[in-house]
Amino acid sequence: MEKDSCPLVKNILLLDPEGKRVAVKYYSDDWPTNSAKLAYEKSVFTKTQKTNARTEAEITMFDNNIVIYKFVQDLHFFVTGGDDENELILDAVLQGFVDAVTLLLRNKVDKSEALENLDLILLCLDEIIDRGMILETDGNAIAGKVATSSVDPAAPLSEQTISQALALAREHLTRSLLS
Amino acid sequence: MAQPLIKKDDDRDDEAEYSPFLGIEKGAVLQEARVFNDPQLDPRRCSQVITKLLYLLNQGETFTKIEATEVFFAVTKLFQSKDTGLRRMVYLMIKELSPSADEVIIVTSSLMKDMNSKTDMYRANAIRVLCRITDGTLLTQIERYLKQAIVDKNPVVASAALVSGIHLLQTNPEIVKRWSNEVQEAVQSRAALVQFHALALLHQIRQNDRLAVSKLVSNLTRGTVRSPLAQCLLIRYISQVIRESGSTQTGDRPFYDYLEGCLRHKAEMVIFEAARAITELSGVTSRELTPAITVLQLFLSSSKPVLRFAAVRTLNKVAMTHPMAVTNCNIDMESLISDQNRSIATLAITTLLKTGNESSVDRLMKQITNFMSDIADEFKIVVVEAIRSLCLKFPLKYRSLMNFLSNILREEGGFEYKKAIVDSIVILIRDIPDAKESGLLHLCEFIEDCEFTYLSTQILHFLGVEGPKTSDPSKYIRYIYNRVILENATVRASAVSTLAKFGAMVDSLKPRIFTLLRRCLFDSDDEVRDRATLYLEMLGGDGEIVETQKDVKEFLFGSLDVPLSNLETSLKNYEPSEEPFDINSVPKEVKSQPLAEKKAPNKKPTGLGAPATEPSSGIDAYEKLLSSIPEFSSFGKLFKSSAPVELTEAETEYAVNVVKHIFDGHVVFQYNCTNTIPEQLLENVTVIVDPSEAEEFAEVASRPLRSLPYDSPGQTFVAFQKPEGVPAVGKFSNILRFIVKEVDPSTGEAEEDGVEDEYQLEDLEIVAADYMLKVGVSNFRNAWETMGPDFEKVDEYGLGPRESLVEAVNAVINLLGMQPCEGTEVVPSNSRSHTCLLSGVFIGNVKVLVRLQFGLDSNREVAMKLAVRSADEAVSDTIHEIVASG
Repeated sequence: MEKDSCPLVKNILLLDPEGKRVAVKYYSDDWPTNSAKLAYEKSVFTKTQKTNARTEAEITMFDNNIVIYKFVQDLHFFVTGGDDENELILDAVLQGFVDAVTLLLRNKVDKSEALENLDLILLCLDEIIDRGMILETDGNAIAGKVATSSVDPAAPLSEQTISQALALAREHLTRSLLS
Repeated sequence: MAQPLIKKDDDRDDEAEYSPFLGIEKGAVLQEARVFNDPQLDPRRCSQVITKLLYLLNQGETFTKIEATEVFFAVTKLFQSKDTGLRRMVYLMIKELSPSADEVIIVTSSLMKDMNSKTDMYRANAIRVLCRITDGTLLTQIERYLKQAIVDKNPVVASAALVSGIHLLQTNPEIVKRWSNEVQEAVQSRAALVQFHALALLHQIRQNDRLAVSKLVSNLTRGTVRSPLAQCLLIRYISQVIRESGSTQTGDRPFYDYLEGCLRHKAEMVIFEAARAITELSGVTSRELTPAITVLQLFLSSSKPVLRFAAVRTLNKVAMTHPMAVTNCNIDMESLISDQNRSIATLAITTLLKTGNESSVDRLMKQITNFMSDIADEFKIVVVEAIRSLCLKFPLKYRSLMNFLSNILREEGGFEYKKAIVDSIVILIRDIPDAKESGLLHLCEFIEDCEFTYLSTQILHFLGVEGPKTSDPSKYIRYIYNRVILENATVRASAVSTLAKFGAMVDSLKPRIFTLLRRCLFDSDDEVRDRATLYLEMLGGDGEIVETQKDVKEFLFGSLDVPLSNLETSLKNYEPSEEPFDINSVPKEVKSQPLAEKKAPNKKPTGLGAPATEPSSGIDAYEKLLSSIPEFSSFGKLFKSSAPVELTEAETEYAVNVVKHIFDGHVVFQYNCTNTIPEQLLENVTVIVDPSEAEEFAEVASRPLRSLPYDSPGQTFVAFQKPEGVPAVGKFSNILRFIVKEVDPSTGEAEEDGVEDEYQLEDLEIVAADYMLKVGVSNFRNAWETMGPDFEKVDEYGLGPRESLVEAVNAVINLLGMQPCEGTEVVPSNSRSHTCLLSGVFIGNVKVLVRLQFGLDSNREVAMKLAVRSADEAVSDTIHEIVASG
């Protein structure tokens, strides 16, 4: 990384308790093939498996990359950046991702729920990073953007966060405009 | 019957791995994608199919070109649906498929319509998709919309356009550069992230215009920065401006105050970015460092691992250049040794090892011992390397450090880890004479129970070289012979060679060695038997005890003067024939391995704080080279090696440069020679050195270069004795002498007979600066005060008329060969007086500090006041003599 360049994210991984992919997104050429990607995921997973990254995000370094990670239930969240990157920026990205997923899955953060709502997870990734550039790190804002189109209108409002409720209201409005 | 069975299956899936994508198969999903063509679209179902397709791609499945095209065309039909959720999935799908140029045309109009839609979400996403798949020609069509989007009042739309602009700048810079005005307006945006993205783009547009960047940065430091991310970016740009303005240094550093102000920002991200930027300023002073170190120290006790890691990693880097500045954090560091996160603990330990002083070594070692048992090998290697540097720094502490190494050597561990330990012990034995005997015994004990053949043979070889020179060589024999009894053939063969070396060097041991070697004649392995037979023959094992002949010793100890990898290649290429293999045909050029080998540990997979190798990593390679030559091995520790000095003009027949190696009582000249004539082979190359203008030097040894073929460099050495610890100077004239043989260019074969010839080289000088190591101090004032005025010597000198103060300052720095401190070697232009601070280590390991004050009078005459402090009065005087005679 050039010293004076923009913060860049190399990949975001969401893995299951066996280290298998739930959803992953790569933004750099460091892992050109699928097998290189899988090997990377495997080593990241094995290396972090035994650590306790539940209350606070944890951090490690290898292959000249910084990896920041957090576990929620049976889901493992990872963000990778170059070794010159400001660790706290990567941490903000990870936190935004975890927060947004928590909101979108309505606190039921686990593997089966994530797979059931894979469309939301993929949209969520799309709203956080654009080809390595950070788009947004605020979990509420990310979830808000995703939920604009996807919150189930039938869900009781009490279970929704304010931002989701707002998003929902916005959606109703757009719908009426479009129809 | 079938019902319960199915149910059972479901149950198991529930427990093990329930997934909506269970049993998903590409072919089937591609079939399903036909619903995209239905006249009555079912948005929900279509979304599901797209999710399945995306799932497949995400799992690493690939589509053939035909499949991708089919899916792409089908997906384009979905623009007919007005369902927002489905539209978002369509965007994702198009981005994943990265369609070709002729396919892009199909969706362009739909996306352009979305770009102008009333729905912000559509606009933002359509911009990102279109910019991602577009090419230059299309870009000019949509440029107008993008410029509008950049200043759109909706921040998501503006950000989408700006981020797209950052990517497009790589492929279509001339177009994106036209958006400067809009981007500049966006920098003033009230939306936090818009400002961040606009700043990033504007900087990239202007990055080659230093003035513009500098202006942009100054404007922003006076205005409002709305997000921590933008603030971090600004700090990076400020660092860049500071770096590039380095040449026009005058007094206070520009923008430093702003960086320091950022240390009080409310976001930790910004505080850290600023602290890190300050620590990385070139030539940073202690005063500048202090506030940054203070905030990093606070982070060390944070409850967040990420924050602790960031802080300790930065401090670890600072400790390499400014160890004193980090010592204040030592207490916090020590508590981090027990950190749950082992990366943090390892960084803390290696930092402590760099900043620790002699008195804290023992305590530190105790703490590390507890720590070592529960970390992974890769971390242990980092620690071992740090301990090795520490030991070289404090040789008096070798006992506890050597003990530590031998203890961990006995514990469980993989090959790389064990190798790191063995290498460290070998280096310590070589550099610290007192550590030799105990170190060798530790190694002996290790091979008694070593599972790695490579390490056993390495140690046996090393024992063979070092063991005979100890006070009681006989005590090693048992360990060596045990290998012959207990080990595999490779180790046995190696042990036999080691025994022979003891026999060759120590006459009193000969009878015992012969007995042992004779037993090896019955070994089951050919190589072992062959070696035993050969050595018995060479050492005269048929009864008489005679002194070992010189050529036998050469055979046993002589280093192979060709690189092993070259020898291997040559042997592989050799075809069995009447002609015997000629070792002289092997190229001698080392593919710059010694240095690469030394640098390798810095690029360890962990990336954890590079070990504290001193900047002079070259000296290690030289030291290895010199200590492998028997004639020079008794000279002690290498003090300094100079940079190569050319002794020939460029493009002459023979290119020769020389490296001066300074020892306490000796000087070795290493002549690096290259033969640039294809038709010649040089043999028996030596340099005849005439020290008539160097009275205190006496030649003691010379090592000729046996053969110097065309274009493959080789070395010859000449060693001189000089009075111990005295900075003797002198001038040497050099003549290259050799036997030249004609080479037939068509066959590459040299003629039998050669002619003796000579070649005049330029003179070479040993100057006072050769006895001075450039070693900086982080805080000169502190060092000066600590040194005290006991051996201070002050005098004044007139340096005569000079071009400028700069020239005078540089002349004195070069004369003394010392390290300028705190950037004082830079003289502000047009100043009439200047103070320069220098530090260094003089031969005999005497620390020297020098304060130079220069003044320039109206006649351009330079006057200088020289104040020297050192730990030795004689050295202080010597410095004055150097200046007086220079």
